[in-house]
Order: sequence, then C-alpha cells, then structure tokens
Amino acid sequence: MRVFTAPIDYLAFLVRCLAGSWDLRRTWPRFLAQLWNHGVGALPVIIITSVFIGLTTAVQTSYQLSGVVPKYFVGMGVGRLVLIELAPVLTGFIVAGRSASAMAAELGAMRVSDQVDALEVMGVDPYRYLCLPRILATCVGLPVLVVATEVIAVFTALLISARMLGVPATDFMYGMTHFFMLRDFVGGVVKALLFGLLIGTSGCYFGFGVSGGAQGVGRATTRAVVLSAALILSVDFLIAFAFFKT
Amino acid sequence: MIRVDGVSKRFRDHVVLDRVSLDVPDGATTVILGPSGTGKTVLLRIMAGLQVPDEGRVLYDGRQIHFGRFAGNVESTGGLGYVFQGGALFDSLTVAENVALALEETTRLRRAEIRSRTDEALRRVGMAENAGLYPRALSGGMMRLVAIARAVVADPHCIFFDEPTTGLDPAVRVRVCDMIRELREQGSRILVVVTHDLEAARQLADHTFMLRAGKLVQADDVRKEDYEQAYS
Repeated sequence: MRVFTAPIDYLAFLVRCLAGSWDLRRTWPRFLAQLWNHGVGALPVIIITSVFIGLTTAVQTSYQLSGVVPKYFVGMGVGRLVLIELAPVLTGFIVAGRSASAMAAELGAMRVSDQVDALEVMGVDPYRYLCLPRILATCVGLPVLVVATEVIAVFTALLISARMLGVPATDFMYGMTHFFMLRDFVGGVVKALLFGLLIGTSGCYFGFGVSGGAQGVGRATTRAVVLSAALILSVDFLIAFAFFKT
Repeated sequence: MIRVDGVSKRFRDHVVLDRVSLDVPDGATTVILGPSGTGKTVLLRIMAGLQVPDEGRVLYDGRQIHFGRFAGNVESTGGLGYVFQGGALFDSLTVAENVALALEETTRLRRAEIRSRTDEALRRVGMAENAGLYPRALSGGMMRLVAIARAVVADPHCIFFDEPTTGLDPAVRVRVCDMIRELREQGSRILVVVTHDLEAARQLADHTFMLRAGKLVQADDVRKEDYEQAYS
C-alpha cells in the first residue's frame, strides 16, 4: 500500500515546501549558507570527477571512431556526450551522494532530537525554515556545477586528445564547435535544474520522515540517495525523449 | 483553558492513554505525575498538537487544535512554549540565537528589541554569560535552562514542561522550580508540567493528576506512600 501512497506523499511534500510563503528576507541568508554547503562545497570532488570524465570520454570516443571518420568527430562526440548526458547525470549522482544524504541525516537527527517539533511549537514553519533553502540551493547549485563539469571535462578531453591521442586541438575544436547545438546545452542545464529539485526534495523528504532514532536516520540517508539516483535516471530518460527524440 | 476530551492513544497493542479527559485552567500550574513509560510525554505532545491521538480532541478556549506534524496551532493556542526533555536546542545556533529564533522568525520586532528580550530571558535563567556558546558546550542542566529561556521569550500563553527537573543537580533543579513558580506568579498563563519527580510536583502544582494504566486521576494531595504504592 505504501508503494502507492509514497509518490503522493512525496509530491505533497514538495508542493508544501514550495507553495508556502518564501519570506525571502528570512530565507535568503539560509539559502546562501546552503548554497555554500551543497554548491561550493561540492566543487573539489566535481573538479576531480570532471577531469576523469574528460579523459575517459576522449579515450573512448577516439577508440570508437578511429579510422572510421575524420578526427574532428572526436571533438563532436566528446562535446555532445558531455553536454547532453555525462555532465548532468554524473554530477547529479555526485551531488545526490553528497547532499541528499547530508540533508536526510541532518534533518533526521533534528527530527529525532525534537528540534523540528521545537520549530513547530514556536510557530516557525519547518518547511520554510529547513527545506526551502536546501531545495533552492540544490536547484541553483546543480546547474552551475554541471556547467563547471562541462567546461573542465571538455578542456581535459581537448588536452589528452591533442597530447596523447593524435587529434590536433584545431580539429577537436572544429568538431566541437561545428556540431554544437544550443539545444544540447540547454537540455543539460534543464536536466540539472530538475535533478537539483529532486535531490533536495528527496533529502528533505526522508529526513523529515525519520522515526526510530539512529537506525531510522541511517535508513533515511540510504533511501534519500537511492531515490535520488533512481529519479535522476528516470527523469533523464523523460527529458531525452522530450528534447532529443528524432 | 485547555480541555482534553476523551483522548486515547495506543502503540500496537499497548494502550497508553485510555479516553483521558482533563481541564487545565488558566493562571495555574497543572502537574501530571507518573513514573517513566506511563504516557505523560505522549499526553503532553498531544496537548501541544505534536502527536495525533487515535481518538479525542483538544480545545484551547473552545477552539479545537489540529494534530500531527506542522499542524500550525499558533493562533488557536495563543502561542505555545515547550521545554523538551532533552532541550531540543539547535546545534548550529548559539545559545542567544536559539533563544532569539522564535522572535526573529515569527515577529517583526526590531533587532535591538529582539536582543533586549533575548538578553532578559537569558538573564532570568542565569545563562546570560553563556549567550555566545553553542549547545555542545553546555551541560544537560544548562541546556534545560536555555530551553526554558527559549520557551518563555515570546511570552506564550501556554508553556509545557516535559520532565523539567530530571537529571539536574540540586542547584539547577531549584533554579528550574523557581523559574516555573515565577512564571506562575506573573499572570494568567497555563503551565503544564509532566514529571515523575514527586517532590517537584509538590512544590509546583496547583492541580496534580496521576497517570496510571492509561487513566488520569486527580491527586492533589498525593502522599509519597500513595505514589509509590500506585506504581509498585
């Protein structure tokens, strides 16, 4: 039964978080703090991951296309793969692992130690106070992180292609820019926005629903990450279908 | 006045509250007494709207409150203060920020006014010197005092105390009891204390009730022997 009611609960939770008063004067400082935590704080791991995305994509694309098509197609392949799929999805996974778990654990710990109830008794809306800044932070932060991933991954792919794979930088850039379509970039950013919404909501939803002490917090953390990852893949397909179906 | 009307609560097969009814008058301290595990906290949480009863209702001056998470009962209750057993202080905020939170988030008072009221609340519980500390640097007793300051700073009409004296050293215990008496003397507030501390109950109570086997019985002149016998 829970399987059927959970999606409705989830959507109701999201609506409750976004539909109430945003009270920007009070929410703004907490939003900035969360943006720092979940956006800027994720940069080091995003940079490292982006480098390897660029390296691997360049090697694989070069291997697949070598001798079949002109070398500048490596630039095209890397660019479109990174912009459309790899940057949004992999960055989404990293932020899900990092932020959804942190949110679920933090809010879950607040729940079991009565801090959420304390807010409620004071008349402070816990959705606005706790969830809204977190959800907005992942919505805003993830697209920025995805663009950073795209820039770093493409640059790294350009370097390895030119230095080690025998694809001149001018050819790589020609393939990259000649086949560039704004839709690819926009599609990736739209995905990132939706992934951010889902990651923030999943973390807060499971954190708020914690019961049963430390074990409950652990369970919520796991569920937040698993659901975020599953939703990222599902929404990725839906957007691919909507934006890129030929 | 708070009216608890036929409230029942069970957890699986265990009946914690069995059609409990209770009138809590204004301007008095009502103590609900009973050893651990008898459902005192559950009753208090239901009275504050934090927990959903299986049946029954709670009315504040005739207005029924909503139950459960984020029910939003501030208007119907006239404002609540709740001193949780563990303090429930926010880890990421200093003592002063914890106390000021309700004023900052629910009023349009000027910063100077909020600061002045926060300082006053902390001074009353003797925690003014610790205003800049974080909760992790406080002892259990100090946390309880800060929680009391936080509960009273917005001047709510009803204040609930969940085991306010449990686990405190004698000096802090006396200070907490003095604080509750002082609040009682200040006016028409509703004060509800749940405790298993018979001595504290005697010191604080205008009206005493005992919770036993899910039923609430009036016990204004309870003696230690009766109390011990009731739960033996």
